[in-house]
Amino acid sequence: MTETIVAIGTRKGLWIVRSTDRQDWTLEGPHFLMSEVASVAVDTREGRSTVLAGVKSWHWGPTVQASTDGGRTWTESAERALAFPADTDTALERVWQLTPDPNDADVVWAGVEPHALFKSRDRGEHYELVRGLWDHPHRPTWEPGFGGGAVHTIVPEPGHPESVLVAMSAGGVYRSGDGGETWEPSNPGIRAGFMPDNEYPEYGQCVHKVARGQGEGELFAQNHNGVYRSHDNGATWDSIADGLPTDFGFTVLAHPRRAGVVWVVPVADAGERIPPDAQLQVQRSDDAGATWRQQATGLPDHSYTCVLRDAASLDTADPVGVYLGTRNGDVFASADEGDSFQRIATQLPDVLVVRAAQLA
Amino acid sequence: MPSAPVRVILPGMLRDLVGGVAEIEVESPGETQTVAELLDRAFSGHRILDGKVRDERGQIRRHVKVFVNGEDATRGEGVGAPVPAGARVHIINAVSGG
Repeated sequence: MTETIVAIGTRKGLWIVRSTDRQDWTLEGPHFLMSEVASVAVDTREGRSTVLAGVKSWHWGPTVQASTDGGRTWTESAERALAFPADTDTALERVWQLTPDPNDADVVWAGVEPHALFKSRDRGEHYELVRGLWDHPHRPTWEPGFGGGAVHTIVPEPGHPESVLVAMSAGGVYRSGDGGETWEPSNPGIRAGFMPDNEYPEYGQCVHKVARGQGEGELFAQNHNGVYRSHDNGATWDSIADGLPTDFGFTVLAHPRRAGVVWVVPVADAGERIPPDAQLQVQRSDDAGATWRQQATGLPDHSYTCVLRDAASLDTADPVGVYLGTRNGDVFASADEGDSFQRIATQLPDVLVVRAAQLA
Repeated sequence: MPSAPVRVILPGMLRDLVGGVAEIEVESPGETQTVAELLDRAFSGHRILDGKVRDERGQIRRHVKVFVNGEDATRGEGVGAPVPAGARVHIINAVSGG
């Protein structure tokens, strides 16, 4: 029987919610209590039920934990699974992103703080620094965003193993066309309104999240003020913010099967960071951002919380499930592509990451 | 004549990672060794502890304290601090967090 799991990484541990019908849910946890869980990946490739988690103890540092039974039991490598090489004179602060590669079932990418990309070729047991990005001449000038300086988004291209995109706060979008050997900034059209003179620099944008759509070369980006679409795999970007209540937000999601279907979670303003009109909501577009409609049934009003950049996820069921985690510890699930939501967890610590998946 | 071994006392939060071991006895190569050398020896059979106490540069983590005979080594010379033969070394999780 197919099981849907929703892994919820928070400021103080990891919880997992399970369901076989996406209506009745059971909550398990906490795992890693008092440790921050900023990244989770559910690896279902080749029928696996592997869950990877980037865990940081304030005392004992960052690490990557792994579960091969869908998050019930966890193991940690005795040797450091992910560490900077000695010649970098750098220490890992936090793992912000874990991304299974769609082209190679043994490859897992990791985005970390400070700004760096790592690659595992053994399903996440060991990771190596991607030197091409680390050695990029721009790197010393990448600035930390409010949440720290990190590669927080990794977007491989299915069917094209040489093509991968990363995004960082603040540094913007960079692309590689040779599997990570070399990288070029790719931000034409993305506005950096916080810059004093040139609002369209080559790099330095504060891109919060990028999602790959199903159209040819289709990508969507939620920026620090600005929502964008690309038709050419990130070479250029066009604003699709018209029709949204606000262009600020952290996360963006793209339908796993239908081109042009995208969700964002609008946030009132960078200076407020609450839902527009205090109504927690998602905004959905079925036409790649030409028009938007609010989806808020089952989501609270009088809401002064926020959904962070990785605290939203889709599953791959039909209809697609939509999941949101908030900074005040609620998690909402929709089994009908956002038309209605129910609360599936509450009173958790602030949610940093939500990842949903179907396990066989 | 062999020097007295150094006793490394682990905090409760780390003991579960090494099968409940509370204390590691480390032979002293001479009269003194540095904290770094001591931890290298102490963790050689308990590799998972190394990543918990030190970062990959070999520095003691910010919210971890190493006391040598009751003195906080992390306030002074850090991993270069001398550890005399027969010392009692406590690894402690600092009072911090929220």
